[in-house]
Amino acid sequence: MKYLVSLLVGMLVGAATFLVFLYLNPLTTANKLSPLSVSDNDLMSLNYSAVAADALLYTNDGESQVAPHPAKVLQLWEPPIRRTDALVTSLSDSRSQNVGIGIKFSSDSESSNILNGQAIVDSVWHIYLPGRGSLFVNQSENYWGYLRNIVVPAHWNSGDSWRGIWNGSTTVGPGALGTASVIGGSGEFAGLDTEGVESLAAQAYTVAAGPVAMNGELLIELPRPAAAIAADP
Amino acid sequence: MFRTFLVGMVLGLAATGAGLYYFPAVNQIRERSLIVVHPNQGNTESFHINVPTDRILIGAPGRENPLPAGLEWPDDLQFAGLRSELFKIRNGKDAVVGVASRLAASNADTGDIIEWVLHLPARGSVYMTLQTEPSERGQRLGRLLSGTREFAKMRGTVSESWVADTSAAEDSGAGRIELLTAFVSTEFEDEAVVE
Repeated sequence: MKYLVSLLVGMLVGAATFLVFLYLNPLTTANKLSPLSVSDNDLMSLNYSAVAADALLYTNDGESQVAPHPAKVLQLWEPPIRRTDALVTSLSDSRSQNVGIGIKFSSDSESSNILNGQAIVDSVWHIYLPGRGSLFVNQSENYWGYLRNIVVPAHWNSGDSWRGIWNGSTTVGPGALGTASVIGGSGEFAGLDTEGVESLAAQAYTVAAGPVAMNGELLIELPRPAAAIAADP
Repeated sequence: MFRTFLVGMVLGLAATGAGLYYFPAVNQIRERSLIVVHPNQGNTESFHINVPTDRILIGAPGRENPLPAGLEWPDDLQFAGLRSELFKIRNGKDAVVGVASRLAASNADTGDIIEWVLHLPARGSVYMTLQTEPSERGQRLGRLLSGTREFAKMRGTVSESWVADTSAAEDSGAGRIELLTAFVSTEFEDEAVVE
């Protein structure tokens, strides 16, 4: 009997050791530099509050940690969309001027792989900027750093909360350099095919309500118009 | 006994690793795709939205009865010509398979636009632009601008039409929005170019 107990305790310790190693694995903790930070092109910054209560609308399956907003919004409870969130938010520029509306759909991705530190979310943005045009952003996001540095510490904290400063780029694809694909639909963006990166800046999180102070930023590269070559006089 | 503990620990390490490797962290639930193959015309797939039951949001300035209740839509003048809508979308068997956004905007600088993004969690997303004026048959025609995952290498067209519910049933709604996509893969065209 004591050998069986010893075996079971050993298995539990082994499983716990494996999970601790996954959590502390230094190979999955690198917070990479945004590939757009070295771009020569113009960058368009679109900012939003990543707190559900600050959004125009946020909905999910209704049973997740973050509550839908407004309270009476239709919830995404049907099985094929149960792991999907929808966010509608105002977008502001780098001077905090309201410049547009953004709609984001996010779904947990089947390419998630905990062993490699990949908590992948497939997301798309449908953006309209009055007077400028519309954009479609397609990206894979990795929330492993967010889970590791904010969510897990909040659960460990005796106050069931986390406070601090965490900045991280969540975009990891589909671009080869870990960038999002951005397609222009209308207005000055018609025909645009460029790249973008989304990042989060978190200050506070509670286990009960999720993020309570967190901002998101979409950085979109706007290629310069090709310089016109004048004919040799 | 300590040796047994060590053996158990190794087993625990191996079992946890194997479990995380072989059991997917996410397994999206799929509804069967109902695609019709047409000779020389690509594949068509029909989606629809039951109105009003599948409508999640109507975002437009100055609405007396906002949807959902409690929605505070910005009243900025710049959004005066914009109407944003969110829906659940259904397949041909009336099963919810995804969510969709529809933007309709009228703006002097950008012109009039009508756009859809369909997001099917298990398959991918499509971004489509439509003509603002409906055809004689009451359809708006458009094209696929971009797709992701399953739709990444597709090109094709879409039509949007409104079908009013004329039945006298008690639970009948106002009608339904039908989206008929006709997509064909560009994969083989790309290969031909490479060769």
